Amino acid sequence: MKHRSLYIKILSALLVFGAWEIAGRIPISYAFPTFLESMSALARMTFDGSIFVAYAETLKPLVLGVAISTVFGIGLGLWIGLSERFEWLFSPIFIVMQAAPLAALIPLLVMAYGIGLTSKVFVVCIMAMPVIVLSTSSAVRNTPASMKEMAQSFLAKDYQVVLKVVIPAASPVIFSGLRLGVSAGFIGAILSELKITPTGVGDIITYSRSIADYPSMYAAIFSIILLAVLFLNLLEKIENTLFKGNDRGYVTD
Amino acid sequence: MVMSQTDAAFSNAEPIEQDVAVSVRGVSKNYGAVEALKDMSLEFPRGQLTSLLGPSGCGKTTLLKIIAGLLKPDTGEITVNGKAVVGPGPNRAFVFQDFALLPWANVMRNVAFGLELRGVAKSEREDKAAKYINDVGLQGFEKAYPHELSGGMRQRVGLARALSVDAKVLLLDEPFSAVDEQTRRKFQEDLLALVANENKTFIFVTHSIEEAVYVSDQIAILLPRPSRVSEIIRPSSFRLKGAENIRRDPEYLDIVDEIWASLRDYVE
Repeated sequence: MKHRSLYIKILSALLVFGAWEIAGRIPISYAFPTFLESMSALARMTFDGSIFVAYAETLKPLVLGVAISTVFGIGLGLWIGLSERFEWLFSPIFIVMQAAPLAALIPLLVMAYGIGLTSKVFVVCIMAMPVIVLSTSSAVRNTPASMKEMAQSFLAKDYQVVLKVVIPAASPVIFSGLRLGVSAGFIGAILSELKITPTGVGDIITYSRSIADYPSMYAAIFSIILLAVLFLNLLEKIENTLFKGNDRGYVTD
Repeated sequence: MVMSQTDAAFSNAEPIEQDVAVSVRGVSKNYGAVEALKDMSLEFPRGQLTSLLGPSGCGKTTLLKIIAGLLKPDTGEITVNGKAVVGPGPNRAFVFQDFALLPWANVMRNVAFGLELRGVAKSEREDKAAKYINDVGLQGFEKAYPHELSGGMRQRVGLARALSVDAKVLLLDEPFSAVDEQTRRKFQEDLLALVANENKTFIFVTHSIEEAVYVSDQIAILLPRPSRVSEIIRPSSFRLKGAENIRRDPEYLDIVDEIWASLRDYVE
């Protein structure tokens, strides 16, 4: 079974890349390179090291923003989920944040925090945090009541109820929120480099487009997607080691 | 306490034992405008099994959760071994209707969970848990997860968890209602053995008349609107005849009929 799912993954990748190659060869647009051209551009940038220099720049706001969003997002989400009053106070902020047209807000952020790292970290956080907060809080709120009662009847202290029952019970939904949040964070990082100042991968995209070097542009886009996928897989591995029973489902279902 | 007057069998009941493990005095509980319990008083003799039996809505689970300390009564007092109940305590353990097992933890950890919360060292609590896993007949399933077990086995885990904390009072909230009929019968027999062998007081909530009469030393019939204890029945003569003879004992059958006659009007 394991092998079959691997074959299916490879088949799916082949289909997508094949369609890309064909679309590039027709070509559907002068500005759309073939898959192979893009890959050779990616290989070139990898060997001359320019992609690594770019990522050193892009990863700064990305890692910082995702880390902040994860820590504060899960923390706030737990708090909101555990306390009714906090939900009324904070939930609307994150719902508005999630619905806000970010591109329109970027000029405001730049005016307030300049064109440096701070603004970019903000963009990543605005993208990543709401979904993490909202899914954490709803997961916490939906902890089965009988499990909490069980812990209390066996003399759990409040912190033990949270650590040993609420968080493990909420962890599958927290992690799915985290996956969505992290992918949104990747979008935010690139958006900030396109909209604020062209640095890192955003710079490769902007610059290659301006000199009509489309293979390099698509290579940069492809690389960020690849990185996001790898990161999400890593997240799944972390989840499976931290909470071994998560794939096992609820008894009372 | 009110005794049934209609059935001759009840006159054979032993005098009520003075040694009371749990006593409920004047307990009331309202949920908004709904009176869940009104001025309820009951005593639970030590080392025996008392059933709380009644139609749905009579407040039997509410009473059990108040005894457990999970709910606070609006008025009245509960004492366990003479000490007033202010919250959950080490002298009581609860068995839940829906098992309330941790799905991410294996049988061993679920059984040892009560001890884990008390800060008992891992090796010590696993030794203890292993003993009770054996006692409930789940040896070999220590590493299994709850979703891999049948309903009956899950409740055995819940029972082992409650036994492992060594509480003197065991509170069982319709523990067998989610398991199939055959497993249920086996459970009832095991429960009789448990009451006989362990020096514990059992408080057992059920909506099954047959089950209550089969397992109980004392049955408290609760009636709704307003919730109250309508009578207390203490079957006696068939208790010593062996588990397999209970269901065809005339007294058993009479009590079942008697209880149904008094509950019939309250069932929608």
